Amino acid sequence: MGDGALSVWERSSTARVVPSARPRKLAKVPFVELADGRLQGVVSSGSDIGRVYVSSVEAGTYAFACSTNNNRPCGGARGSFCNHIRALIGEAVLQYGAERVVRYLKVDVPGEEADAHTVTGAMVSTRPAQGDSSAAAQVFSRFLRHLAYLEFEPTTAPLPEMQWFPTTRAVA
Amino acid sequence: MRADLLTDVVDGLDEALAAVDGFDEALVDGLLRPQPAQAVGLAGLADAVAGSPLAGRVAEAAEKTAAGAAGEDHFVALAAARTALLGSVHDALLVRVEEAVGRPRAEAGGDTAAAGGAEHAVNLHVAARSWLCDLARAGWRGIDHELVSGAAAVVSAMLPEPGLRRLATLLDGFAAELAASCPGATLEHVPVRRWADLWSRAMLLTLPGAGSAPAVADVTGRLLPLGVDVQEHATAVQAQVHAVFEPADGGASRLVRASVSAPKPDSVVGAGLWQLLRPHLSLLAAVSEGRAMELDAMPVTAEGDLLWDDARARTGEPAEVFTTARVALPSAAASPTAPLDRHPARIAVPVLLEGYGVEEGEDGPAFLVAGERLAVDVDRVPAAGPLTPEVVAGSGACVGLLRWDAGAFVLQPLAVERTVRKKAVAVHAGAWAGGTSDKAGVRAEKAATDTVTVLRERAGRLLRK
Repeated sequence: MGDGALSVWERSSTARVVPSARPRKLAKVPFVELADGRLQGVVSSGSDIGRVYVSSVEAGTYAFACSTNNNRPCGGARGSFCNHIRALIGEAVLQYGAERVVRYLKVDVPGEEADAHTVTGAMVSTRPAQGDSSAAAQVFSRFLRHLAYLEFEPTTAPLPEMQWFPTTRAVA
Repeated sequence: MRADLLTDVVDGLDEALAAVDGFDEALVDGLLRPQPAQAVGLAGLADAVAGSPLAGRVAEAAEKTAAGAAGEDHFVALAAARTALLGSVHDALLVRVEEAVGRPRAEAGGDTAAAGGAEHAVNLHVAARSWLCDLARAGWRGIDHELVSGAAAVVSAMLPEPGLRRLATLLDGFAAELAASCPGATLEHVPVRRWADLWSRAMLLTLPGAGSAPAVADVTGRLLPLGVDVQEHATAVQAQVHAVFEPADGGASRLVRASVSAPKPDSVVGAGLWQLLRPHLSLLAAVSEGRAMELDAMPVTAEGDLLWDDARARTGEPAEVFTTARVALPSAAASPTAPLDRHPARIAVPVLLEGYGVEEGEDGPAFLVAGERLAVDVDRVPAAGPLTPEVVAGSGACVGLLRWDAGAFVLQPLAVERTVRKKAVAVHAGAWAGGTSDKAGVRAEKAATDTVTVLRERAGRLLRK
């Protein structure tokens, strides 16, 4: 921007800043997001239909945490990523694309093609520490907030503000 | 269409936009401790509105802000000045479009300013404004997760309230973009104009009555759809049907829109959007079936937005979009834009183009209309539909929305006609709005149904404990 002239993208009112999520199956991982400096989400338990795991990986340090919604620690998340966290990373790559996940988590993927496998491998190889699960309650409440979006009444009053958010064929 | 008018210079446009850019660039580094260059941008904005009723308040606001001593009222004044400037840009562009298209504009139906507007939720407006002012002080380069997450509580409190849906939806989409861009200090590029747009608009929507757009009349007659425009961010979607309305009393026909919108979880995308909206706007089914609708006392705003009520509409005779565009569109008058909506991003003028050449560029196809190049924004065509960039490129006629962004007019295709075995075949962007038997469409519908089923099952188990 040195000379003060803005690029076309910078002068656009409707520039796409966040691409839409790609469609994915939600059965195993109903919720995933890149927020609060973490990849975080909710993973359904394979054995108990009423139980979910709240899992997260911190950007930069890859400090990981996994516990149930009743705050019991996940048995698998000792020493390294458990299967819930691995599933979470896989679904994040599906929903947001590997590139955005890599950028957000600041992962250094050797070679050129980043995918769920190489992204997970690159993080595990740094031997990340187990983080505390203090964020679990917050992540779970964000998931409940997310679910609440299904409950709001649609309206036929116009929302002129949506003119700034055109749909886009391009996905993450 | 006089396409040459669309590429001609518009007097005063560059000057107005330069004043806007100056202010927008001041927001990049934040207004907590403004540097001399930012003070210049602020003064430029004040100068640009010096001949308007805003002059005194904006001059004071620019001065206080440059000194790092701005209060909320000063930020509101700056947002108003920027909005007024872009309003003038909107007006100049729209005059140009009307000349190019050669259609009438309806008389302004008296004062369209929002009069009523419930005085509810004053404290939510105050909370939103306070967050926006913190943003302005931090600047886009100064945003972090803590600052951005301050919007979540305000949005959650606003969303259940239909009267606050506009501001809530705007803040929700804006905050999500900011969150995805944190920390601002390491951002490679900043969407300078866009974020200043969203910020100013949100600021003004925190003022009492700003967001109200009441019905001014009930209309009875025939509605002929032209096409569907879809807008979405991660947690909201809106579909707007553009149509020609022919009053039953034989009065002049006019351009109208019918909208339906809803908040949504971010994993509901593609065909899932249609599923969410379909049950609340019977018009979407009529669009897919290629039919007109008969309206009986449907409320309409001064801007030409129908406040749709399924009980006041019934499906009518078959109505082909290209016939509507050729026969009814040329004499349909557009309504004046509401004061707060006067912004270039709001321009969406239905047009019919025929006999153009197609040029494949790096950024998608462009139409050559009477020797002028008009970029085609194929990216705005919804993914859950049969209209693809390839179909657009192979077309011979197009019904679309003329828009303006980043210094140029662009065309958003709503439907195209192409010749298959010597017969004209129409392909509509919104063909799947009401449902589809198309193979790919059915698959997309099934996947979308599964998504919502899983979310509802999870919600049922976990939400109400």
